[in-house]
Amino acid sequence: MTDVNDVPKVERPPGVPMSQWPSAYEYVLPTGAPGTVTLTIDGREVKAQTGDLLIKVAQDHGTYIPRFCYHERMKPVGMCRMCLVEVEGMRGMQISCATVVADGMVVHTQSDAARQAQDGVLELLLINHPLDCPVCDRGGECPLQDTTLAFGPGESRFVEEKRHWEKPIPISELVLLDRERCIQCGRCTRFADEIAGDALIAFGSRGAHTEVITFPGDPFTSYFSGNTVQICPVGALTATPYRFRARPWDLSAVETSCTTCSVHCRGALESSSNRLVRLLGVDSEPVNHGWLCDKGRFGYEVVHSEDRVRHPMVRKNGELVECSWPEALDVAAEGLKRALELNGPKSVALLGGARGTNEDAYVWARFAKGVVGTDNVDAQLGDGIPAEVALGLPEATIADLDRAAAIVVVGLDLKEEVPVLYLRVKRAAEELGVPLIELAPRDQGLTRYASTSIRSLPGEQGETARRLADALGGARGTDAGADAAAALLEGRAGDIVVVLGRGDLAESAASTVRAATELARLPQARFIVALRRGNVRGAMDLGLAPGFLPGRVTLDAGREWFGHAWGSVPATVGLDAEGILRAAEQGRIHALMLLGTDPHDDCPDHALAEGALNAAGFTIAIDAFVTDSTKRADVFLPVTMWGEKAGSVTNLEGRVQRVGQKVSPDGTAMPDWRIAAELALRLGVDFDLEQPEEVQDEIARVAPAYTGIDSTLLRRARDGAVAPVADHRDELVLGPVSIPLTDARWEPIRPGLDAVELEDAKTANDEADALRADRLTSVAQSAGAPPAPALHRFTGGVTDTAPPARDAYALRLVTGRTLYDGGITVAASDSLSELVADPVLLISPQDRDRIGVEDGAEVRVTSARGSLTLAVRADAAIGTGTAYLPFNLPGSGVSDLVDLSTAVTDLRVESLS
Amino acid sequence: MAVTETRIVTNRLREFTEDSWTIDRYLATGGYDMLRQALTMQPVQIQDEQVKASGLRGRGGAGFGTGQKWSFLPKGIYPRYLAVNGDEGEPSTFKDHMLIERDPHQIIEGVVISAFAIEAHIAFIYVRGEFALGIERLEQAVADAYAKGFIGKNILGSGFDLEVVVHRGAGAYIAGDETGLLSSLEGERAMPRIKPPFPAVQGLYAKPTVVNNVETMSTVPHILRMGGEEYAKLGVGRSTGTRIFSVSGHVARPGNYEVELGITFRQLIDELAGGVRGGKQMKFFIPGGASAPWLMPEHLDAPLDMDYVGSELKTMLGSGAIMVFDEDTNPALIAWRLLKFFAHESCGKCTPCREGSMWLEKVLFRISHGLGRPQDLDMMLSFGSTIVPGLNAPFSQTTICAMGPSTMSAVVSLDRFFREEILEMCNAGAARPTIPVTSA
Amino acid sequence: MSSFTPENRDRAREIVARYPFARSAVLPLLHLAQEQDGWVSPEAIEEVAALVDQEPAQVLGTCSFYTMYKRDGRKELVVSVCTNVSCLVNGGPELYELLSERYSEAGDVMVEEVECLAACDTAPVFQVNYEFHGNATGESATTTIEEYRSGARVPRGVSGGKRA
Ligand SMILES: Cc1cc2nc3c(=O)[nH]c(=O)nc-3n(C[C@H](O)[C@H](O)[C@H](O)COP(=O)(O)O)c2cc1C
Ligand code: SF4
Ligand code: FES
Repeated sequence: MTDVNDVPKVERPPGVPMSQWPSAYEYVLPTGAPGTVTLTIDGREVKAQTGDLLIKVAQDHGTYIPRFCYHERMKPVGMCRMCLVEVEGMRGMQISCATVVADGMVVHTQSDAARQAQDGVLELLLINHPLDCPVCDRGGECPLQDTTLAFGPGESRFVEEKRHWEKPIPISELVLLDRERCIQCGRCTRFADEIAGDALIAFGSRGAHTEVITFPGDPFTSYFSGNTVQICPVGALTATPYRFRARPWDLSAVETSCTTCSVHCRGALESSSNRLVRLLGVDSEPVNHGWLCDKGRFGYEVVHSEDRVRHPMVRKNGELVECSWPEALDVAAEGLKRALELNGPKSVALLGGARGTNEDAYVWARFAKGVVGTDNVDAQLGDGIPAEVALGLPEATIADLDRAAAIVVVGLDLKEEVPVLYLRVKRAAEELGVPLIELAPRDQGLTRYASTSIRSLPGEQGETARRLADALGGARGTDAGADAAAALLEGRAGDIVVVLGRGDLAESAASTVRAATELARLPQARFIVALRRGNVRGAMDLGLAPGFLPGRVTLDAGREWFGHAWGSVPATVGLDAEGILRAAEQGRIHALMLLGTDPHDDCPDHALAEGALNAAGFTIAIDAFVTDSTKRADVFLPVTMWGEKAGSVTNLEGRVQRVGQKVSPDGTAMPDWRIAAELALRLGVDFDLEQPEEVQDEIARVAPAYTGIDSTLLRRARDGAVAPVADHRDELVLGPVSIPLTDARWEPIRPGLDAVELEDAKTANDEADALRADRLTSVAQSAGAPPAPALHRFTGGVTDTAPPARDAYALRLVTGRTLYDGGITVAASDSLSELVADPVLLISPQDRDRIGVEDGAEVRVTSARGSLTLAVRADAAIGTGTAYLPFNLPGSGVSDLVDLSTAVTDLRVESLS
Repeated sequence: MAVTETRIVTNRLREFTEDSWTIDRYLATGGYDMLRQALTMQPVQIQDEQVKASGLRGRGGAGFGTGQKWSFLPKGIYPRYLAVNGDEGEPSTFKDHMLIERDPHQIIEGVVISAFAIEAHIAFIYVRGEFALGIERLEQAVADAYAKGFIGKNILGSGFDLEVVVHRGAGAYIAGDETGLLSSLEGERAMPRIKPPFPAVQGLYAKPTVVNNVETMSTVPHILRMGGEEYAKLGVGRSTGTRIFSVSGHVARPGNYEVELGITFRQLIDELAGGVRGGKQMKFFIPGGASAPWLMPEHLDAPLDMDYVGSELKTMLGSGAIMVFDEDTNPALIAWRLLKFFAHESCGKCTPCREGSMWLEKVLFRISHGLGRPQDLDMMLSFGSTIVPGLNAPFSQTTICAMGPSTMSAVVSLDRFFREEILEMCNAGAARPTIPVTSA
Repeated sequence: MSSFTPENRDRAREIVARYPFARSAVLPLLHLAQEQDGWVSPEAIEEVAALVDQEPAQVLGTCSFYTMYKRDGRKELVVSVCTNVSCLVNGGPELYELLSERYSEAGDVMVEEVECLAACDTAPVFQVNYEFHGNATGESATTTIEEYRSGARVPRGVSGGKRA
């Protein structure tokens, strides 16, 4: 028989790759022409935009329509049927979550029919829902419970047997599922699929047997799994770190920003009995849309780690022993003084500072540069991007991604390093149709959403970027990949937003700098410099970078201004991290301050870090943990951590936001900035700073890019302020922030503002203008001040050296960061430390076959620097001729292979069997 | 005068029982002539002068005007798709099964003409997975039609291209709902989608799509043969033409009967299907598949007219399945079994349907097995009005698809016609039925 | 490691190519797997997922929605007995009871109760590997099933059990 298989193939619409599926959001609710409509809700006339959903319009005007499946950040599915209302002229009941408002619409949300329908749906939802509220994590803050109290019937008429499932089953290391409590709203499965792109949970079976499933052996290991727990409207999904830890009525919350990476997602941090127990995502339109990654969500555990250092210590007879603060500070100050006497300020260096707040960074910068007089200061560790580049490129905000002509991602794997930014880029590409051009050494998180991926081999990124920039600039015809990328921009207006980072720490930073230089040639290019460390941007902005003073001004440009403000500044530009480590190795650093940094584990060149730490003179650790680096310190000054101190931080787009204090530290740890102030006092300078607000006000006064961003503005700006404010005045929204769950129990997160607040915010914006103008003039007019220095601009001009030729047997090393790495946040969090993967050398299938090894076999890996034994596996994501090893994973040892002074790292891989 | 069948769509398969499904027989009986003719016409001519003029209404259940449905396709948006609904799962409907097994080329010809008329270049025929023989024959027919140039590139030299893909279902009644079908065709759970957007605007792959039933498609070539206006002369009122009715249950001659619309239920059931077998009396009958509210013997003289049945009898002709039950039937048992079906087949998306059908099934199980409580019937009506507000025909609904309200048809019918009997059963803990059954 | 035979892998690719978007091929691919193995194994689900660029959880979710796919081991003969109303009033439930009892121990025969099979004019109806048999009695059904078991009847070459 002729088979239907033999029929000619169907032609695919051009340009649609097989894998690309028109996802659910391609089905759009019909809307009218843009404009405003007027409708009546429960007798009140309200205005809305065409295309708005009724449920949202009602909510914005103070009418809460109950709902379970609807979530503002996801497409409506209309499945729970809880949000039924009556619309005059339409037959039957309408679900307000999928009803688009229309002019003249008359809606009744409280009519008898509407109430009856809502009550009825609730009754049906409850018949199979267990009555275990007293032992349920959600009890007390449960939308189902609350809706039942507000809308529900009094008693149950259901006398039959309820549906039974095995009680909670783990669906991942972090999330448990209780199917009996599930009301099949599909929020979690839609989140996993639509938002996170990790469709590892789905609905299985059907009808009353519908359940959320994972594929056996393939758990819900999404970096974003915790969000499902937060948006589940019942207690069906619970997080293992929080389970049974607290009851909602015992909790109190403070609004904060997560500083696990440099995105700084908005959150509400909650504690019970002076212990942090939960971080909830808060919806911030410009930053995180309410989402958090799991590392950020559960990383608070590190704060209560047993291993925290709780009291100062000094080295006595070779041992670090506890002592009093005055003693420790005196010893530290003495050590610094001795170094200064011995060889002046250039023999003193400070590494780190990316983990603290802006206040910490500023006071330490003032201490190092204004008091000690050294410019050997670096918040990065040879793994980043030089400050002159990072602080000087034309900038884009996160929200600019949504409206970009195209997004170019250079280097880093956003999913591993800045996960919630990854979600934003994914959304822009997938949902908003922004062309995504990826320039990376291998297939990574965003590759599947990229319109085009250009592979760049280690050392060749600059050159690849040049060809791309040429093509984007109009010079086509030399590179097919670049031409294809450029073609994507045809007919699209707007900026090209470049997300720039380090995709390969085994390759010299010059390669990335060159790429930035090339792309910066494009007049429409604007950059988001994606450095991962929590507040690295704030640290650099506030002076913890060589050659820079607070507020994005160079040492030279700011000399006079800061000379006036501080008294003195270093004479010459100092060393960066690599230079500091090298100088230390050579015995030229007599005092080394380690400000929450661990070069031993976190610097790509382990031999260099090790040599430096061993040879450095007097070492002061300002840290919360004894690490491989800080264990060598002569004096240990314990610091408070995130959650234990208030302040501000600056994210990768330059947005300054608040972090809140929720618990007090046990022990006597101090905020970093206060330690700097204490040391300054001992070196004869009184900063006269007592509160973080005072530091903020000083920053606003003296740091040019932060002009006007003082404590008042920070307290009132709902989404923070992007520095410099003068360039981002439209983004300033003044108004109160509502913390989720505490005041409103309907939704875990109530995105945005209430209507009334919105009105407030609008008038407040004029106020903001006035406020800002006021601040600017007050700075300019302060008596006797020199003219304010200009902000630094990066003008390019850095070149990289072409990498040496690779011999045919060598593989060029790529090493990048993974989310769950060897860092202290993961290592000291019980829940996260379980998630760290074993290091495996990944090579292309072709290279595996050439070398002749099986997946999982042990191989010997040798570079010019060192040698390791590791398991190997083939992965099609890896390009031929390259090998990938994750950076800073326990046991990966990759930093033993890297030499920071070389452009690339070539490996020899030999089978051991 | 005794009624007879009016065999239009079923003529070939009745005449040539040995080989009605082969391409040779099809060609020998004038097959694909209408396709040839259609390809010389303008698509809009077929739409307006033929299909719309014929008054053809969909044979899948909802009875929506076929020409009208086609005209909803937004202008200028391509590609468009045609999806043919052969999922026939409505209990006691077995006409599409017969058409697929015994006259697949007739469907294909209708599909190619319709695709041409709506300017689609891919058509999917979604066939219920359990129809193994039907799928085999349909796939064969598609292959033969390709071979003969009735499908494929440049059909019969006209320049019109069409691919036809036979898509096999896998056991889900809800895949018969038009948006459920599209989800299923997209490789998904067959979950119906919220409307709007309607399939005509955003259907398969979010592109304009027409979903039509197998019998509807099979009728299209005959409309062209007869001429739209001529076809419209058959039938009654807005119910034009013929329809195939599947008659089953306690009748002497169960089977498919193609009749001109407008004859009475009595003519169909008594004269064609031989009436209630074994000399028994009819207790009640269901006129349009499991989803339709029931009727009583006193309704037998009503005409088979979609509008009349809807407005006067508060039920529907639906899928054309007529189930007849004799005097000994326990109506609660039938209602329970139908609810067991709905509970089993609810996709689970809408709370009222998912939970409501399960609850109704459990209560009806008790009632039909002698464990009813006096308040049960009213309680079902009470929580059932969450699914069907007001419980008045035509049913309004709180669910996405029409399956939700269908779950209440049997319960509403019990209340309409058998309230006393049910209450008596509940009060007396009436005798258990003889059939051992378990609740789903 | 492919769970499809090389021949079926080619077939699978052809099936995928029939649709404008790969995911549409999920149902036919699952049928293909079941046709080959007599059930849809977890390995097959993983392979189908890879072919259509979905996660295995999504394919499992889809697979478990449809009653024809058997996921708990190989089925030689699937006997589907309708008990919906037209069959109910013609002895369907009794037929189901009888057959399921008779074959409760038989490893190669799976008796299942199904919804209306769209052949009510021949009620009661059952299928063996989706081949229809109407007007059945307990005895005639048993005879038919035994014919399949002995090889005297060959199941139609479509999924649901072993392919001849
Ligand atoms: C739950 C449900 C099941 C349905 N099942 C079928 C079916 O099996 N076959 C069918 O043709 N239509 C079925 N329909 C009707 C279809 O949704 C749709 O109206 C029909 O296929 C359109 O074709 P027509 O206009 O040619 O009738 C069903 C509808 C619902 C709500
Ligand atoms: S009414 Fe029932 S079958 Fe229809 S979409 Fe809703 S839950 Fe699914
Ligand atoms: S919130 Fe509208 S249907 Fe669920």
